[in-house]
Amino acid sequence: MINSIAWKNIWRNKLRSLVVIAAVTFGILAAVFSAALMNGMVERRLRSAIELETSHIQIHNPKYLENKDLYYFINNADSLVAEIKKMPEIKSASKRLKIMAMANTSSSGTGVMVNGIVPEKEKLVTGIYNKILDSSGTYFDGVKNNPVVIGQKLAEKLKIKVKSKVILTIQATDGTMVSGAFKVAGIFETSNSMFDELNIFARFSDLARLTSFDINNAHEIAILLNDTKLSDDFALKISRQFSTLDTMTWKEIQPDLGMTVEFLNIMLYFSLIIILLALGFGIVNTMLMVVLERVKELGILMAIGMNKARIFKMIMLETIYLSLTGGIAGLIFGIVLIQIFQYSGIDVSAYGEGFSDIGYDAIIYPSIGWDFYLGTVLLVILTGIIASIYPARKALKLNPAEAVRTEI
Amino acid sequence: MKVIEINGIEKTYDEKTVPVHAVNGIDLSFEQGEFVAIVGPSGSGKTTLLNIIGGLDKPNSGEIIISGTNIGALSSSKMIDFRLNNIGFVFQAYNLIPVLTAKENIEFIMDLQGRSKVEKDSRSLELLKSVGLNDRANSRPNKLSGGQQQRVAVARALASKPKFILADEPTANLDSKSTETLLEIMEKLNKEENITFIFSTHDARVVKKARRVITVEDGKVVSDEKC
Ligand SMILES: Nc1ncnc2c1ncn2[C@@H]1O[C@H](COP(=O)(O)OP(=O)(O)OP(=O)(O)O)[C@@H](O)[C@H]1O
Ligand SMILES: [Mg+2]
Repeated sequence: MINSIAWKNIWRNKLRSLVVIAAVTFGILAAVFSAALMNGMVERRLRSAIELETSHIQIHNPKYLENKDLYYFINNADSLVAEIKKMPEIKSASKRLKIMAMANTSSSGTGVMVNGIVPEKEKLVTGIYNKILDSSGTYFDGVKNNPVVIGQKLAEKLKIKVKSKVILTIQATDGTMVSGAFKVAGIFETSNSMFDELNIFARFSDLARLTSFDINNAHEIAILLNDTKLSDDFALKISRQFSTLDTMTWKEIQPDLGMTVEFLNIMLYFSLIIILLALGFGIVNTMLMVVLERVKELGILMAIGMNKARIFKMIMLETIYLSLTGGIAGLIFGIVLIQIFQYSGIDVSAYGEGFSDIGYDAIIYPSIGWDFYLGTVLLVILTGIIASIYPARKALKLNPAEAVRTEI
Repeated sequence: MKVIEINGIEKTYDEKTVPVHAVNGIDLSFEQGEFVAIVGPSGSGKTTLLNIIGGLDKPNSGEIIISGTNIGALSSSKMIDFRLNNIGFVFQAYNLIPVLTAKENIEFIMDLQGRSKVEKDSRSLELLKSVGLNDRANSRPNKLSGGQQQRVAVARALASKPKFILADEPTANLDSKSTETLLEIMEKLNKEENITFIFSTHDARVVKKARRVITVEDGKVVSDEKC
């Protein structure tokens, strides 16, 4: 019965309650939607980084990480890849010959990272083939000899187009500098312009021939798992099994991204908590007014035998219901808004020139997990509980004899 | 059977500045089934006395024994439970919880006592009938007249099966017709169920119905007559 009294009490002063509920609604809406924007941005960045750049796990010769030298390779990479591919967690794996090089064209030159890959196998691990721009060639087709696929930013820098020639100069296994002429088969663009500016993809066999590299070896093995969540455990398993090699997860390969993901939850809840704190003061104020208005009534309730715990419960429930009504309304509006923009996205390119410079898409697709909604509900309830303490204590301090004497 | 016994009750307000001796040495005792009016001029201490008997206020000195329990010894939270199970209250006005219907108001006090749903339902209907409001069971207080609200308050006071009912000027806000109806109901309940009523009043017509009239002046009992 105390439950229903608490709920009905909210509607005694409709206007005042609705003002509080509206404030909570907008506050929660703002908090949820901004969290979804932030989360959607990071999620998308994470997905594209894993899909296009890092994969889930990479294996190297430990020395290669210190010095990206041609000599520091993984022996018998092919059999290693074959072994890894048998593991149940695996979606796919590929080997790469990965080496720093100078790229030169007739008008320009720059340092690049050359990724020697087996195109058909690499397609199963990285999605670069999906990122070839319209009318900017294909993924290794259309050019017979020494095709390369390069990033859009790099193409701009080198002032080259599809079918243009580019000279790659690399230090060969015998220490001499070797050069080869390559032809642009396709130009790709990811949302990370830093990546696009650095990377060239060439065929493993072409590079091996040029540098006299044994085709059984490789510098890098990239692994794609069935689920990102498996990364840490699987990396541990691999590093135990192949202890002479270095195993890294995407978090270690891109520590900034790893940090962002780790701190994401704190960031998501941060604005929510700040908003709830501000709303909490408003709720306390409202409930103090409620207690003040009902001094006589509270006095009568105490007189007829409603004990302190019940009075406390009644006021606490009223506060929780008040907060929760707004909280749930805010959540519903937030979810609707997120659903609306989830697929179409919000184009922020007009405001955020720099987004792609740090690897983020200029279109944000808001998304957030159900656990955040649940967390929001719990925090709203907690706010109600905390906000009710002071007003409820005020009510408990009333002396029933004096309270019932009060004129209203 | 003695339900209430008070000895040497004193209550002084504002002891620091000008002390007001609201109750200044009162001894009284009440038997089961009495129908008592407490009268006296305004400020004579009627409300203070009733509040002390009902355990809403503590006297500065003296003892109150209700059915053998010295309520002065009870902690304030024990006192609330004691009130719930032993004393019925009717105040001058605004007795009822505004968001509950007449029936729910009566059920509420039984709910506090932890009575079963069936018992709450049947007893509240029975009580509504005995105060002549069975047709208004689902009305909220603001849809009831002042007299009807007071009748519901009496029904609620009875619902907890108290040892006695204290009513501080229960008719003060009522017109003469409603006053008469309320008094008739109280009298009937007093006779039929042998429930003890102690009420304060300024109204001569109410006083006439009482079978014992205690007159208070300046915090002292100046007469105590049975009629
Ligand atoms: N909380 C208080 N603080 C100070 N004085 C008080 C307080 N309550 C009552 N008094 C004083 O105590 C005296 C007795 O008051 P009380 O309300 O008991 O009188 P009453 O007989 O009920 O009067 P009325 O017929 O007007 O209701 C009065 O002088 C009153 O001013
Ligand atoms: Mg009075």
